[in-house]
Amino acid sequence: MGLELVTGNHAAGYALAAAGEANRSARGTACGIYPITPQTEIVEFVSKYKFTKGRVIPVESEHSAMGVSLGASLAGARSFTASSSNGLAYMFENIMVAGFYRLPIVLTAVNRTLGPPWNIWADQGDTLMLRDFPWLQFYCETNQEVVDSTLLAFRVSEDRRVLLPSLVIMDAFIMSHTQMETDLPAQELVDAYLPTLNLPHQLNHERPTTIGGLAWPQETLSQRVEVDRAMLAVNDVYEECRQEFITIFDRDPGAPIDAFETDDADLILITSGTIASTAREVVRQRRRDGMKIGLIKMKMFRPFPADDLLRACENASRIGVLDRNYAAGMGGVFWHDTKAAFQGQRDNVLIQDYLTGVCGGDVTPAMVNEVIDDLAGRTKAERPMWKGIEA
Amino acid sequence: MSSSTTALNESPIRCSSECLLRPGNTNCGGCGMSVSLTMLGRVLNEVGQNCTLVIPACCGIVTAGGYPTTSYNVPVIASTFGSCPAFGSGVAAVRDLNNDPEQVVCWAGDGGTYDIGFATLSAAAERNENLIYICYDNEIYGNTGGQRSSATPAGARTTTSPFGKKENKKDIMSIMAAHRIPYAATLSIAHPEDFKRKLKHALSISGFRFLLAHSPCPTGWKSEPADSVQLVRTAVNGGLFLLYEVYDGLHYKVNAEPDGETDPARYFEMQRRFPEGAMDFDAMRAECRRSFDRLKAMAERFPHEG
Repeated sequence: MGLELVTGNHAAGYALAAAGEANRSARGTACGIYPITPQTEIVEFVSKYKFTKGRVIPVESEHSAMGVSLGASLAGARSFTASSSNGLAYMFENIMVAGFYRLPIVLTAVNRTLGPPWNIWADQGDTLMLRDFPWLQFYCETNQEVVDSTLLAFRVSEDRRVLLPSLVIMDAFIMSHTQMETDLPAQELVDAYLPTLNLPHQLNHERPTTIGGLAWPQETLSQRVEVDRAMLAVNDVYEECRQEFITIFDRDPGAPIDAFETDDADLILITSGTIASTAREVVRQRRRDGMKIGLIKMKMFRPFPADDLLRACENASRIGVLDRNYAAGMGGVFWHDTKAAFQGQRDNVLIQDYLTGVCGGDVTPAMVNEVIDDLAGRTKAERPMWKGIEA
Repeated sequence: MSSSTTALNESPIRCSSECLLRPGNTNCGGCGMSVSLTMLGRVLNEVGQNCTLVIPACCGIVTAGGYPTTSYNVPVIASTFGSCPAFGSGVAAVRDLNNDPEQVVCWAGDGGTYDIGFATLSAAAERNENLIYICYDNEIYGNTGGQRSSATPAGARTTTSPFGKKENKKDIMSIMAAHRIPYAATLSIAHPEDFKRKLKHALSISGFRFLLAHSPCPTGWKSEPADSVQLVRTAVNGGLFLLYEVYDGLHYKVNAEPDGETDPARYFEMQRRFPEGAMDFDAMRAECRRSFDRLKAMAERFPHEG
């Protein structure tokens, strides 16, 4: 393997397959798959992969794809799948089950605008629709980050302190169909990084239980509180898994948030996915022009890294959030959660939302510059501003 | 005394904590599903096998009781309503990868089979997944208090067909046979030895196996709990529910012929879900004859040898 020129889809397919293969000395790997543009190449990749002990089942819908993965996971296999947009919407019901059954499934989601109208371009509305369920969410910026986050996600998800599924996310086409130089780690390294899966609540014929039957309010409440506890454990587990990753792969898979030039920054942009690449270049330019500006790329969105965010923004008085998503009647979701993190902690920070690249539009350096100029001249925040609408 | 009654007397159903369905569950008196579950447990015991049950939303999952207790003596996964055979496919795939001996049994009502889970069922059958699918068909959404399903027979009053259902029951057996699955068969708890033989056959082969059990539901059918077995016996003897098998979707075998004496109208009269005077009994009798003639013709033309 080693350095190759591959698309985001190829990178994701490789990482999912390698993770599945790494469980061959235990219960193996099995999953359900279903195609949807722009993630189809991922399920094609894992379909042609020759697993030592694995089965990829091409089913009739996304709902069943996750259904198969749930059954496989409960039977002790390492499991994963991939989807996008309306596919995720169709899968929704079973996606919830993965979280509440505490199954460490990894789902690669290629962000695509939810229809109608039918639009295949990047928009985070599909994965953000899942923000309130027990799934970790990792937004990626490069194809390398897709590979690394996928492997890291399995480690974090399968940790006994967490046992929650993960979404590893990339932008439609800008990543899924764009080739980048990517290090695809050899199987031996993946084997070394991913211990075989030993699911504590795997089906057991010696001690039979009913998984997911009726539960009363009090029992269900304790389940939710346990999810909360697991979410709280993610930060520490993530850091351990990140350090282990560095040891084995000699590369940093990245922290939950990537803070760029934030130490002395008065003005900070917050964004995610590929918008971060463009914004970083613009911020670098503005720094050269003497502006005290920084950038935070949110890699981990769930659990929401509020403490990291507050720390990185210690010296900032203005924050501009660039959201490639729109929650109807409210605004950008990253903005909303950012405001919630600051509320009651640092109420004097101006936090303005910019809806950029929503429905797949390009986010250009010029647009980011407009955002910065607007933010720098503000005395108060207003309702989210739509960007990129041609007059 | 019929031979089926003799068989029941010879091997009474002993309920213990070792049973697949343990005593103390909250199922209704006269529940056909409970009897079928007990039969499944007995047959598994006889052949020395174990199973995992995958159960979608239906009375079968309520049967398990409230967390953390369970009325089942085998591992059970509650699937989402439309996903039972998908969950089952995942479990069976991993079972086969690891050469585990346990059977995977999808246990679903008619709502999860004929309606919301139908696409999933069809797809799993088309893939010939290595699992047993048992539909206990009580012809109604029982768990939600008795609404029509596509398994509800014409004429039956339900809360969503309050004036009697106008449409005919879906012929799920023909549809499943058309998938060319290794084995499809109908089951009646009034014919326990036939029930047992078919389960044993299903347990002895691999691939997708579909079993349809006619499952009396006194609560939904507005019938007397004590009449449950007699009701489904009347259905078989009167030609309303035909006992047969289809091998590989191609070869037919009839297991019980209508006795020629039982009037199928009796079946309707024993339940209060059919509005009085709303049924055209002559048309119904003619339809019973036609269905059986058609099945018999298939069995003669394309017989299962053996």
